[in-house]
Amino acid sequence: MAISKNDALRVAHLARIDLTEDELRLFARQLESIIEFIDKLKELDVSSVSPAAHTPVLKNVLRPDTIKDSLSKEAVLGNAPKSLKGHFLVPKVIE
Amino acid sequence: MEYEAVIGLEVHAQLKTRSKAFCGCMAEFGAPANSLTCPVCLGFPGSLPVLNEKALEYGLRAALALHCSVQSFSKFDRKNYFYPDLPKNYQISQYDLPLALGGFLEIEVSGAKKRIGIIRAHLEEDAGKLIHEEGHSLVDYNRAGVPLLEIVSAPEIYSPEQAYEYLASLKAILKYLEVCDCDMEKGSLRCDANVSLRKPGAKELGIKAELKNMNSFKAVRDALNYELKRQKEVLESGGSIRQETRLWDEVSGKTQAMRSKEEAMDYRYFPEPDLPPFVLSDEEIETIREGLPELPQALKQRFISQYELNSYDAGILTSEKALAEFFEACVGLYPRAKAICNWISGPLSYEFNSRNTRIESLKLKPEMLVRLIKLVEQGVLSNLAAKALLSEMLNSGRPADELIKEKDLTQVSDTKALDELLDKVIADNPGSVMDYNSGKANALMFLVGQAMRLSKGKANPKLVQEALRRRLNNA
Repeated sequence: MAISKNDALRVAHLARIDLTEDELRLFARQLESIIEFIDKLKELDVSSVSPAAHTPVLKNVLRPDTIKDSLSKEAVLGNAPKSLKGHFLVPKVIE
Repeated sequence: MEYEAVIGLEVHAQLKTRSKAFCGCMAEFGAPANSLTCPVCLGFPGSLPVLNEKALEYGLRAALALHCSVQSFSKFDRKNYFYPDLPKNYQISQYDLPLALGGFLEIEVSGAKKRIGIIRAHLEEDAGKLIHEEGHSLVDYNRAGVPLLEIVSAPEIYSPEQAYEYLASLKAILKYLEVCDCDMEKGSLRCDANVSLRKPGAKELGIKAELKNMNSFKAVRDALNYELKRQKEVLESGGSIRQETRLWDEVSGKTQAMRSKEEAMDYRYFPEPDLPPFVLSDEEIETIREGLPELPQALKQRFISQYELNSYDAGILTSEKALAEFFEACVGLYPRAKAICNWISGPLSYEFNSRNTRIESLKLKPEMLVRLIKLVEQGVLSNLAAKALLSEMLNSGRPADELIKEKDLTQVSDTKALDELLDKVIADNPGSVMDYNSGKANALMFLVGQAMRLSKGKANPKLVQEALRRRLNNA
């Protein structure tokens, strides 16, 4: 399957990454070779293998409903580029 | 042209766990902003979410109560999008293998029962809260990671009234299960609606609008009514409906289009690699099913047949689990179901509603109410005095007999005391006495009222009325 520069642009936009023209061409090529590899996997006969979302080692990992200490507000907001009144401050967002 | 409304509801119910879905931060409403967060719910690199066993259990209880088939294998997925209420830039949710599929909810609208299908129920985490101010937005992540159960109805709701009943039934069930507070104003129950119109008999659905931002049951009904009218007007004037998200504005009573999205959201779901899947055996599912309490509709039917109550009374008593339990505890002590029901749905409901509290927070034990009812039936207290006494009992938590002794509330039935009372009423209200004598029968009831007021409710109203009439007629 061919990946165009526009496909690469769309994926970059979804991930909010700014790419130059050169980078777009480079990544479009690389994405294409990844897809080709997946296409090659498709040639395998997997009719006797059941689909898996995970490696089948673990299942049903749960924790009890107990409260643990949260971080201090200072620690939480310490990494924020901007904060105000105990909140993270971000550019105005209205959907 | 008549149209048929088609509505589907998407409800998010906050599960009442003590800690969040995937970390040990407290899941509490109203704490100082960003005081309940940690590396897991903030999505710091290297942190690992682990599912809260109660969140899974509560989700399963709700799914089973809604007659869904719980899936033997389910998993979590990442729903990717960028918005500042989402610290990880993805929400942990369930996509193709949700907790439960295919159930139904039964509602009653104007006496007729109707089943509304439930497509699916899945677990996910809540997002943070945004506050929009002039020039910027503020983010509080306390709510991020709180467990939610998303319950999606089939598009089988055909009127705003049915939508209201669906929500009311759902709320009753979730509250009986004790898995959700269901307080829409606090956001522990949230509802979005998909609304469209189609010509009667048409198989296909019309183009829908998605309604958001409805913060009460009434708002859901109002928003749906408005939106159906709006769509009808658009269609009748030859226009077409745009598929868009519209926000309900409580103040103007209108829905308004949000900036419409140029392209459909692409969430790029993929399996959450940090959370292993869940495999449930039939035995585990059955154990949870057996642990379900008697649900409101079944309880209502039982109250009707066992206690010979009418549907209205049984409905009131089963509207809250605590109320139903209180009623049954009283009936267990004194098998006069109808009298107990009247006291609970009347004076007692009045008391806890006007105190803005719930029956379980009142200092009233079933034996205390039963004793009060017996005192009225034995003629020791008038109804009016008993109501006043109930209020006292709730204030102090003390039983009726103690208060009666202390306040000398025993009904005044002896004639001498009554005579003195009536002397005063007649002397104080010459106008009303004249009115009565000139044929205005209503004046008698006014005078009875005055006597009751003077006696602070202690007089026996029947005796007062008889004695007063006798005296005025013989005067």
